[in-house]
Amino acid sequence: MAPMEDQRDTVYKVDPAHPETGDLPTLRTEELLLNMGPQHPATHGVLKVILDLEGERITKSTVVMGFLHRGVEKLAEAGTYHQFIPHTDRLDYVCAMYNNFAYCRAVEKLMNVTVPERAEYLRTLVAEVQRIIGHLFWLGTQALDIGAMTVFFYTFRDREILLDWFDELCGARLTTSWYRIGGVERELTASLEKKLRDFLDYFPPKIDEYVVFLEKNRIWLARTVGVAVVSAEDALSFGLSGPTLRGSGVDYDLRKYESYGAYPQCEFSVPVGKNGDTYDRYWVRIEEMRESVKIVRQCMERMPKDGPVMADVPSVTLPPKDRVFTNLESMIQQFKLFSQGFDAPPGEVYCGTEAHKGELGFYIVSTGGGKPYRLKIRAPSFIHMGAFDHMAKGYMIADAVTIFGSYDIVMGECDR
Amino acid sequence: MHPLADTIRARFTEGFVDACEWRGDLVVTVKRDALRAVCRFLKDDPAMAFDYIVHVSSVDWPDDEERFEVVYEVYSIRHRRRLRVKTRVPEHDCAVDSLTEIWRGAEFMEREVFDMMGIRFNDHPDLRRILMPDDFPEGWPLRKDFPLQGKGWRDTFEFLNEGAA
Repeated sequence: MAPMEDQRDTVYKVDPAHPETGDLPTLRTEELLLNMGPQHPATHGVLKVILDLEGERITKSTVVMGFLHRGVEKLAEAGTYHQFIPHTDRLDYVCAMYNNFAYCRAVEKLMNVTVPERAEYLRTLVAEVQRIIGHLFWLGTQALDIGAMTVFFYTFRDREILLDWFDELCGARLTTSWYRIGGVERELTASLEKKLRDFLDYFPPKIDEYVVFLEKNRIWLARTVGVAVVSAEDALSFGLSGPTLRGSGVDYDLRKYESYGAYPQCEFSVPVGKNGDTYDRYWVRIEEMRESVKIVRQCMERMPKDGPVMADVPSVTLPPKDRVFTNLESMIQQFKLFSQGFDAPPGEVYCGTEAHKGELGFYIVSTGGGKPYRLKIRAPSFIHMGAFDHMAKGYMIADAVTIFGSYDIVMGECDR
Repeated sequence: MHPLADTIRARFTEGFVDACEWRGDLVVTVKRDALRAVCRFLKDDPAMAFDYIVHVSSVDWPDDEERFEVVYEVYSIRHRRRLRVKTRVPEHDCAVDSLTEIWRGAEFMEREVFDMMGIRFNDHPDLRRILMPDDFPEGWPLRKDFPLQGKGWRDTFEFLNEGAA
């Protein structure tokens, strides 16, 4: 048997161009292409990102999406305005209430319907509860993505209380469809009010608890502070919105800029970050939860004690449910509104609403008749993904996860 | 007419087509050739300062001579106002100038319009399908002549004959 050839010379060759490396190996370097997803636990759904890597640094990233595309905008053209409300639940399925709210507001703008005062307060109240749920969900999964597993259990424990509250309110935890064009579907009961008050007392100390878990965690800080910085100018140019934009120091919040619902009657502040990094986006959301608690509390105090929760515009809004079951005319009204729809005037409106992810807008074009001619959804998740390549450039593979996370993307809304 | 629309009309007499206000939304329609110049003005002029792009959308009007309508919604953080800019595109020359160099967020939004409506954007850095599969052969889903049912990708799958195995 021939002795094995010594190959060390070919491996440990001194590179004549870099004699200072001595006999250290000259390693082969080339760009690596890495597919992340579509089935990756940290992509919050089905999202694929193709990363061009130099070592572990990202030089370019290409987002591939559409795995969850269901043609919601096309479906909207086939149904009446009322029929589309349950579809909006399935956009951002983590925060269905806010989607309902945004859609109903757009249709109310189109139909020029004024919502009764009590309904406005109820809508604002539930929307803010939904914002807390959204931010809790975000905080838990974001921390989990980065490796801080404990927070996930704590936030999901508290989120569960609110989901059960939704269950009691409208019969569903996630796909709520509680908002109606012109108002809301049903009233708060005494039991719901009590549970919500209990939660408001219980919740604020819990926020401090999450903060302690994270802000005393050196690893978590190292992975968020100064990571994925986006300047205010770039953030605006990319069309980012919500906490992702406010983390960069722009106070664009439609609840203040184009106030709607009962927000003008509530006192709250809009937290704005400074550095535009992942940590600031986290901080904005934590502070928003505290503000949401304040808004919910104010809504409960200032809400008119009784009054209608649905506008009385029989050509557009649905009749009260008890009348539908006992009164023939109301039943016919309900039936006609769902099967034929109402006669919308020709025209087009855009209405943006500050959902917890950012500006969720509906652009509706009507040519008259009961169905929208065109309905476009301005989904914040989709637009945030447009900035991914810019924000991920130069960071590590592991940071890609924190960047999706800090957008708070939900692919149901992104792909529609 | 709204003073904002007046300013645009005075500056772009050639390219300006129409302006209207309905339900508080101001809409300015411009000619296709003037779109980029108008948007550059809207972004850069300090009196306009529309620095934020909200969405890019498209509407199909099959009976019109210029079939497609491309819709840009912009917002000015400084002046806190919205504006919708629209332009029309004929079917035989279905292309419009990309605004990616003005608002970078337009890149993904325009890709979506291309994917859904088949409108091309000149000078777009990466004009590919975005929500539909890259090899989707059936055309443009949001056009009015694309049927709602029965022409989906899944209809091209072969059925497995489970009994034969």
